[in-house]
Order: sequence, then structure tokens, then C-alpha cells
Amino acid sequence: MFYREAGDFSTTYVEDNQTFPIRFDRYRYYAVLAVAFGVIPFLINDYWANAVFVPFLIYAIAAIGLNILTGYCGQVSLGTGGFMAVGAYACYKLMTAFPDVSIVLHVLLAGGITAGVGVLFGLPSLRIKGFYLAVATLAAQFFLVWLFNKVPWFYNYSASGQINAPERTVFGIIVTGPNTDAWAKYLICLVFVTFCAIIARNLTRGTVGRKWMAIRDMDIAAEIIGVNPLRAKLTAFAVSSFFIGVAGALFFSVYLGAVEVGEAFGIEKSFLVLFMIIIGGLGSIFGSFAGAAFMVLLPVFLKNVFVGGLGWPTDLAQHLNFIVSGGLIVMFLILEPHGLAQLWRVAKEKLRLWPFPH
Amino acid sequence: MKLKLTTLALGAVMAASPVMADLVFPSLSYRTGPYAANGIPFADGYEDYFTLLNERDGGIGGVPVKVIECETGYNTEKGVECYEATKGEGALVYQPLSTGITYQLIPKATADGIPIHSMGYGRTSAKNGAVFSNIFNYPANYWDGASIAVKHIMDQEGGDLSGKKIALVYHNSAYGKEPIRTLEELSKKHGYDFLPIAVDHPGQEQKSQWLQIRQQRPDYVLMWGWGVMNQVAIQEASNIRFPMDKFIGVWWSGSENDVLPAGDGANGYKSLAMHGTGSDYPIYADMQKYVIDAGKAAGAGDQVGTVLYSRGMYAAMLAAEAARTAQEIHGTGDITPAMMRDGMEALNITEARMAELGLPNFGPAFSVSCENHGGPGLGMVQQWDASTKKWSLITDMIESDKAVINPLVEEDSSAFAAENNITPSCS
Repeated sequence: MFYREAGDFSTTYVEDNQTFPIRFDRYRYYAVLAVAFGVIPFLINDYWANAVFVPFLIYAIAAIGLNILTGYCGQVSLGTGGFMAVGAYACYKLMTAFPDVSIVLHVLLAGGITAGVGVLFGLPSLRIKGFYLAVATLAAQFFLVWLFNKVPWFYNYSASGQINAPERTVFGIIVTGPNTDAWAKYLICLVFVTFCAIIARNLTRGTVGRKWMAIRDMDIAAEIIGVNPLRAKLTAFAVSSFFIGVAGALFFSVYLGAVEVGEAFGIEKSFLVLFMIIIGGLGSIFGSFAGAAFMVLLPVFLKNVFVGGLGWPTDLAQHLNFIVSGGLIVMFLILEPHGLAQLWRVAKEKLRLWPFPH
Repeated sequence: MKLKLTTLALGAVMAASPVMADLVFPSLSYRTGPYAANGIPFADGYEDYFTLLNERDGGIGGVPVKVIECETGYNTEKGVECYEATKGEGALVYQPLSTGITYQLIPKATADGIPIHSMGYGRTSAKNGAVFSNIFNYPANYWDGASIAVKHIMDQEGGDLSGKKIALVYHNSAYGKEPIRTLEELSKKHGYDFLPIAVDHPGQEQKSQWLQIRQQRPDYVLMWGWGVMNQVAIQEASNIRFPMDKFIGVWWSGSENDVLPAGDGANGYKSLAMHGTGSDYPIYADMQKYVIDAGKAAGAGDQVGTVLYSRGMYAAMLAAEAARTAQEIHGTGDITPAMMRDGMEALNITEARMAELGLPNFGPAFSVSCENHGGPGLGMVQQWDASTKKWSLITDMIESDKAVINPLVEEDSSAFAAENNITPSCS
């Protein structure tokens, strides 16, 4: 009834090309932005920021990054943790080497450095695909973690090999370090997420994204119709690694503040982000958010229900948490292999026909 | 009707607000994951001691104690979640039992004014209380441990280590890397060769590391391991028939869980100890009566008297004593985290007090000051007897080499102070 294109007339090309062609979607999007920017910062406290919103937003950036590579371009990657580590260590080195430069710039530069490293490790993708590429990126994961552990220059020769984020400000507001207010932490991540999501959404709607999808669907056919696989694959690696690097930089500087590479950016992280996009939906920006929300919020929610609500022992709750999360993942994959994004798509199709389904 | 409503509302408010504020001691434990075997006994000991205080004495200074447990799985992200979740409940002191989480919490807790007690782990240079105002790591730290181990080896070798080779098998993380600096300095001083060998988390696979030990033939092997890594290392050492009495673990690599899987092969394995162990202390009579027989023991209740259970109990005992000291200083039973910090800084553990608590000669007698948050740095060496399945202490308290350690503490803490714009002060 209210969810349809009919009656919404576009008179310019800009209007015709907008991201959300349906008016209801558009207003919903504005409403989400308004709540995210205008309401949550005033209500947020330390717990909600550190346990829920900040990790969700940061993982959403990482998931968008991986989704571009795996979901849009079809190149399976298990190197996400390693690339996040590149972002984190690049950000740390920049923060300590140039303390007067804005942290925002450092995060973006860290993303750029990660993009370079990503392209380097993306080179094998020109020759190998599928599982073999997954193994090659797995090598990147282990190599990078080993590198940051082994070479003391990366952690400024500290005795423990930990890196610590010094205090930095944006417009005079502290955004990293222990004295950061919850809202500042949340807001800086939100700004980066919005920025990344808008870029990703528009890249994937344009020529670049269509080339990626052509490569994903059938690389030989894509080559025949004039898509350069070298450029398409390497741009996918670069853009994807940029987002993952930004996520890693924020993960280190804003969220955790102190990081140890093996623990924070191990292989588990690569799998976690991969699960996020599989559950959320491959090839969907909304899916990246949905998957990140699912994987970040579910354990916290279950913990609070089992321990906080029901008063069960913590170890029992943790084990149940594994069972419930694992069970839900398997269930999702069987019932809806295309992820949460597909559920959303189906719901929208239904909504479009509602209330007259025939 | 109106009156009824008011009464109801009043009743609801009264029911909602606690009658008497408890002393909150969060327990960031891990009963799951690759480190659970070591996390469970510590968490049980920590909680049981507070249960004992509640049941026997009605808490500390008459104020009941509340232990809030939160599962971290030895994972820093979950550790942050646990910290934020328990912070609001009035947590008095954090003991995360993880060097990674401790590093994480050092700046946060300092900003929030909550003390951290990282007993024998965490950041060693936190010993310098002038820089690390809220962080305590008494009674001993990693660098003390490294020095004590080297001193013990010197005893074995008749005082001369020149030309000897000492290997360090370490957990490749902040925890395992901590002693390297000290062992390097000590190797310059004593003239031994130092060979660090890293084991990556979680340490289930160590074949190549022990092959390296077979090739390099070190005279002694030290170990900084935790969780499943300990068991595997001891098993591997016994597989290559490395002489067990020349294999010395830090105090985190010397519990029953670590040696039992290797069976007789582990006989003679040594580890450091910062406190006594076993159930031969008078406190266990009360523990049995008030906690275990009453069915209030934490966890499965099968860990009583083990090394890490004793350590958890020791940590709880030191925390309780610090809370008592804080209550005396500030003259109130209901203390805040800031008061708790003062109590920890003024903590004085005497032989007499330990005997009074039912733990005679359990740990060293020491006192804490602003200049020294790290205690005396004393440790002992214990040895495993596989036939009786018991640890026995084979040395007296050994003092660490302060001439080497103090300059290192000074250097590392002043680097931290410079990085974070802290002016060291002890006013």
C-alpha cells in the first residue's frame, strides 16, 4: 500500500538514480540516521558503548569490507584478521610518529596502507581461485600476525609487545584513550561507518561494482565482454582491505585501546567476520550490518539473559551460548542460505504486494 | 486508595534499594576455553574465600561481600564487556588473571579510579606506584620470577653460570614476553647463553619447539606458559627425555593440572611458587565447615587445596585484608574503590596476621607503599613428585636480584609515564 514505487515520480536523473528508490525506504533510512546521530549519543553509557555499539559498528565496517571482496567479487578471503592487524599497527605507528596530525587522518591512512598490503596479497588471486585462494589468504593471516609479533619496530620496542593507543582528540573532544566519553567513542565510529557504507553502497551500484559482480558470476564471460580481471580483482582487494584496515584501526584505537596481535587479530577474527557476511548475506551492504549485529549482539544478549536474568553459572551460560549461537547459525544456513539480507528482501517483496497478494 | 498507592510505591522503592550496600568483588574468571583448566581452580578459590568470610564473619568488618562472576574466556573483548558490566555495581578491585586484559584495563581503571591487583602477572613496571597509582602487583612479579629462577639455577650449578645455556619456552603474548628483558640482562651479568623459544596461542602443538631444544641442548629450560600449553610442554619434555629437574616453570606453570597428564614423566619437574599449597592449613577446617559441608562451594568443589585454588584464595585474602585496612583508615564499613586503593597501598601483611587467618607461613610477610606496589619479590621453588602426586617446596624464600630489576622497572615505568603524560608523584 505505502511500500511501492507507483506514485513516486522522478523528474531528474539524480532522483532516478538515488540509492533508495522507494519513498518508504528513504524515510526509514533518514529515520535510522536521525536516531543514530540524534538520539543514541544522548542516551548511551559506557556499557552500551563498549559492549554493544562500538564493536557492532566496527565489525560492520570490517564486514562491509569483506563483503566487497567475497560477496561482490567472489574472492574468498581468510585474511581479514591479518588485514585488521595491518590497520591497527599502521594506525599505531602513525599515531606515535606524528602525534600532531588528526586521528581521523591516521585512520584513513591506515586504511590506505592496508589497501596496499591487500593488493599485494591479492596478486595470487589472478592465478588461483576458490579454496586455493582461501589458503593463500590464510597464509597472509598467519604471516602478518607473525610479522607483528616478530619485528619489534612495529610495537615500538615495548617490553611486552603490546601496543597502546595514546590520547587523541577530534575538534578538542577526546576520542581515544581511557578518558574518552561513551558518546564520543560511539559517534566517531558512527561517522566512519556512515562514510564507509555510503561509499561501499555507491561503488557497488556503479561500474566498478558491476565489474566485480561480473567477475564473481563468471570470470571468463566477464573477460570476454571487456572486464579487465586484473583491475577488477585488484580494485576489489584494495577497496576491501581499505575498509578492513579502517575497521582494524578503530578496533585498536577507539574500542580496545591496547592490543596484542595474536590475541586480537588471530584466525578467529577472520572466521568471525566471514560468518558475519555469510549469515548477513553475501553481496549486500545491509547484510553486513545484519550479520555484524547478529554475531556481536547475540552473545551479549544470551549472556545477560542466562547470567543476569536467570542467574545461572557463568560457565554453563557460556557453553549454552556456544550451543545456541551454533545452532542458530546452522538453522539459518539451512532455512535461508542467502542470509538475513534475503529475509529482508523477501519481506520487502511481500510488503510491496500487501495487502493484495494476488 | 491514594494512601494505598503511596504505600505500594514506597514499598517498591524500599524493596528496590538494597538494605545495606555490599562490598563488591568482581571475579573476571574463565571456566571455558583453552585456559579453563587453570582458570577454574583460581576462580573457585577466590569465591570460596569470600563465601567463608560471609558465612563465618558476616563479611569484612561486618559488611557482607558480594562476588560477581563474569566469564572472560581469557579474551580481551569479553574482558572489556565484563569490566563495563561490573563497573557500575561498585566493583572495588579487579583481578582479571590475564596479562592481556590487565594491560587493557590499566588505563581504563586508572581513569575510573578503580584499583587493579594483578598478583604475579600483568605489567611488571606497575611496581612503581608513583606512575601506576591504581595498579598493584604484590607480592611478586614476572621479573622477580625470572631472577628467582636464575638464582635457583645458580645454586644448582655452584654459583657459576658462564658457558651454560638457558632456554625460555614462552607463550607468544605480552605475558610470555615479559621476562625476556630481565633474562637478557641477567645473561649479561652471569654470562649464560639465552635462547628464547616462542609458542603461539594456545600452544597445543609444540613439536618444533622441542625439536629445537633437542638440537640446541640447553642446560636448563624455563617456561612461561599458561593453560593447555603447560601440559603439552611437560609432555613433550618428558618425550624427549629432558631432565625434569632442569625444567623450571614460572608460578603459572606449576599446578596439578599441568603435570598430571604427563604421568610419571613429569616426576621432578620444578616450578616457582609465591605461596604455600596443600590442605594442611588451619583455614581448611573452617572452609570445610562453613563452605564445603554447607554446599556453598563454588564450581564443582573438587579443586580445594590445589595450587591454583590456593592462589585464588591468597588473592582473595589479600583483597579482603586490603578492604579491612581501607575500612580502618577511613573509619567506614562501606568503602568505595578510591578507599580500597588507599587500603591496598597501606596493606601490611605480617606473620602474625597470616597465622590469625589460619594461613601461617602461607606467603611472605610484606607491606606495600606508594613507591613499591610490587611487594618484596620473594619466591620459592617447588618440585613435583609423581608417585605421591604432590608438590613440595624445596627451597626457602629466594629474593630476586633487585640491582637488575629496579633499573628496568624505573626505565619501563618512566617510558609509560612519558607516553601518557603522567607526572610521577607519591604525595
